[in-house]
Amino acid sequence: MLRVEGVTKRFGGLTAVSSVDLEVAGGEIVSLIGPNGAGKTTLFAMVAGFLTLNEGEIFLNDMPIAGKKPHQICKLGMVRTFQITQPFAGLTTLQNIMVGAYSHTDGPLKAQQKAEEVAEIVGMTSLLASGADSLTVAGRKRLELARALATNPKLLLLDEVMAGLNPTEIDEIVSVIKGIRDTGVTIFLIEHVMKAVMNLSDRSYVLNDGKLIATGTPAEIAENPLVIEAYLGHGAAGEMVDAS
Amino acid sequence: MLSASLSMLPAAIINGLMYGAIYALVALGLTLIYGVLHIINFAHGAMLMLALYAAFFLFKLVQIDPYISIFIVTPIAFMFGYVIYRYGIGVLSKGKDQNILLITLGLSIIIENSALFFFSGDQQTVSLSYGFEAFDLGFMYLSYPKVISFFAALVICALLWALMSLTDLGRAIRAVAKERQGARLVGINVEHIFAVTFGIGIACLGAAGCMMLPIFYVDPYTGNIFVLVAFTIVVLGGMGSVLGALLGGFIIGITESVGGLLLGESLGQIGISLIFILILIFKPTGLFGSKV
Amino acid sequence: MMALNRQVILLLLSAIILAFVPAFITSKFYIDVLTLIFFTAYIGQSWNILGGYAGQFSFGGVMFFGTGAYASSILLTSFGIPPIFGIIVAIFAGALLGFIVGYMSFRSGLKGSYFALITLAFAELLRVLANSVEFTGGGVGLFLTFAPGLSNLQFKTPIGFYYFAFLLMVISILIALWLERSRFGAQLVAIRENEEAAEALGINTLKCKIYAIMIMGAMGGAAGTFYAQKYLYLDPPIAYSIHLSVEMLLVTIVGGMGTVFGPLIGAFVLHIVNEIARHLIDTPGLSLIVYGVILIVIISYLPNGLIGMFKKKMNKSKPTALKNFFSGDKDA
Repeated sequence: MLRVEGVTKRFGGLTAVSSVDLEVAGGEIVSLIGPNGAGKTTLFAMVAGFLTLNEGEIFLNDMPIAGKKPHQICKLGMVRTFQITQPFAGLTTLQNIMVGAYSHTDGPLKAQQKAEEVAEIVGMTSLLASGADSLTVAGRKRLELARALATNPKLLLLDEVMAGLNPTEIDEIVSVIKGIRDTGVTIFLIEHVMKAVMNLSDRSYVLNDGKLIATGTPAEIAENPLVIEAYLGHGAAGEMVDAS
Repeated sequence: MLSASLSMLPAAIINGLMYGAIYALVALGLTLIYGVLHIINFAHGAMLMLALYAAFFLFKLVQIDPYISIFIVTPIAFMFGYVIYRYGIGVLSKGKDQNILLITLGLSIIIENSALFFFSGDQQTVSLSYGFEAFDLGFMYLSYPKVISFFAALVICALLWALMSLTDLGRAIRAVAKERQGARLVGINVEHIFAVTFGIGIACLGAAGCMMLPIFYVDPYTGNIFVLVAFTIVVLGGMGSVLGALLGGFIIGITESVGGLLLGESLGQIGISLIFILILIFKPTGLFGSKV
Repeated sequence: MMALNRQVILLLLSAIILAFVPAFITSKFYIDVLTLIFFTAYIGQSWNILGGYAGQFSFGGVMFFGTGAYASSILLTSFGIPPIFGIIVAIFAGALLGFIVGYMSFRSGLKGSYFALITLAFAELLRVLANSVEFTGGGVGLFLTFAPGLSNLQFKTPIGFYYFAFLLMVISILIALWLERSRFGAQLVAIRENEEAAEALGINTLKCKIYAIMIMGAMGGAAGTFYAQKYLYLDPPIAYSIHLSVEMLLVTIVGGMGTVFGPLIGAFVLHIVNEIARHLIDTPGLSLIVYGVILIVIISYLPNGLIGMFKKKMNKSKPTALKNFFSGDKDA
């Protein structure tokens, strides 16, 4: 469904993303992990149309989308959430989600219906009338998710949707995400919370310093020395072997 | 017809340079305020108008030559600016930059209409004893006041540059402009620096007003004319760039003068708004600026 | 089917009351004041569409008014086309100007203060052009003949203009009501609240902003024709100076940005202030000084305007107190 080929992004002298290739097939949950500053959000931003590419191509269902604007990409069925939540602060939760629904509905009634449905899926029905700026962190993350879901996406890009959540909230959102996948939505997520990553993803890509250093199932990734080193530092893999 | 105009071109350019130096001074204040405080001071023109009136009344009531008034009005303008920021704008400017623009808009309305209320709408000019004496350059006459104003403006620009580059205060201001939090951490009283910077920006207007009066006029609406001119210069030169304000001032001064020559008095004014629009659309960072 | 809610009821009530006012108030003076209030409310609403709902503040709104006024007036004086058709041209002229300014500004990514200032520059540009060109009458301006009749959109008595302005005002409120219930309106508000998020959710922010400024332009154009036919004189300062630009934003901000009745309430309040000021001291400038103070006070302490303050008091559970959109029943 999503194919990223040789994508590179430079900011002045700094290469944030370097020649990354990856694929996400329909129906999968794929995760993108890596230490802070590895370039994950930059990659997402490029895929979703917020940043231009210096090199490379991006294909959504075999259609090249590099250079398209975010709203066009949304209409093609791929939507992203933001790492730092971006609610429509002055509006209620319902109104927020309706904006997402409006991307493919015309009338306010239908949009409201869709929004209420989505709120149910995500578990926000009781919060529909609250102002978006009065939501907790968990609430805002869910709102990010709900809004994106309301656009009827085929591929959902979730950027650290679990950051700032406590373990209970994480468990809840993991089951919500699984539920979303079960309705036929493909999911590509950036995440730091390892437990969730292991639980959710079919496959993972590991990014470090802008480069892809590993890919595979979560189990394979966890054993990969390159990955361990990326997170824990040079030589850590060896130390762990020595220690065990 | 065109050849007659072209023959007057050098005179128009020189004229433009003369005014340009003063425009540069006005723009310097604005770009300083923006560069350090990130405030777009819509009241800049209105405050220039107040300076013009100050110089006018000092001349009319106390017979003080406007160029001497510079030494009186500039410090007063500084204090005015300091107080307005410290107890007014600074207190209210916690919001989005659009809101601050609206606040300074409100301020400009208050100032402009206070002038209308107290001074009436009549246009006022001053005539100096040496006002009609001029340097004969061969192809044109350059009146004494114009020349004095030109050099006075350059001197003040140079003083401002010296202040910013060579003094402790200037270093503190530049530090705050670059990195607010960091400046706070090294013990700089950021609020005070903000107010001082705003004061300096208005002090520029104080000086500029005194220099403008002998070669221009004043009425409550004079400010409006200069708002767009000042903004155009700042945007042309680059927000926050001192060199840009200087160069921009000269460019705009010449554009205005030559435009008036070639297009006539009425259409000649078009240059300014046109330049403003074109710069914002095609090169918003201006000639020397780095951020939009 | 959307239930008849609070706003629509309010509109119907006030419309009925105001429609019958001339039956009870015969003083020319008060009819004139109300006419002016409706006019200001109308043009304030045009600013509200782009500024209050879409969040793009313009300082050059007068340019649509002036262009519309010139459009219909030139058609009348030079080509004999009656203003009843001329107003349609004025509306198109305003919309076209809105498209040009909007496309150039928004395509370049101008926002916030830069957008506000560039609209100011456009208005100034037009003023200089109007002053320099012959077919606008240049600095002398255009004089329109007094010839009352519907095709001329001129009326023998002030009551005619009262209803003309009233009609415009009602139309503007209907436009706002439509915005509050439509997809387009929701998209504008989304752009206002968070443009990037709006873009991510499939909203073509450029297109929406341009549509919004075109609506503003169309409304402004009609206002221009109204003015020209009422006062029968037009020149560049009247058509393009900053005063009206400020007034339209002021009434909206005072009343409440992004609300249906904000501009109308703001227009009432500011005109009352104006009358009081004129009675206290009849020197020009005083009322505008007060306007400036009001602008600063409202922006600093009551950014949601008078309506916002009123709602805050009634609606303790919603601290940001912005209007509820799609159904009135969720309101306190």
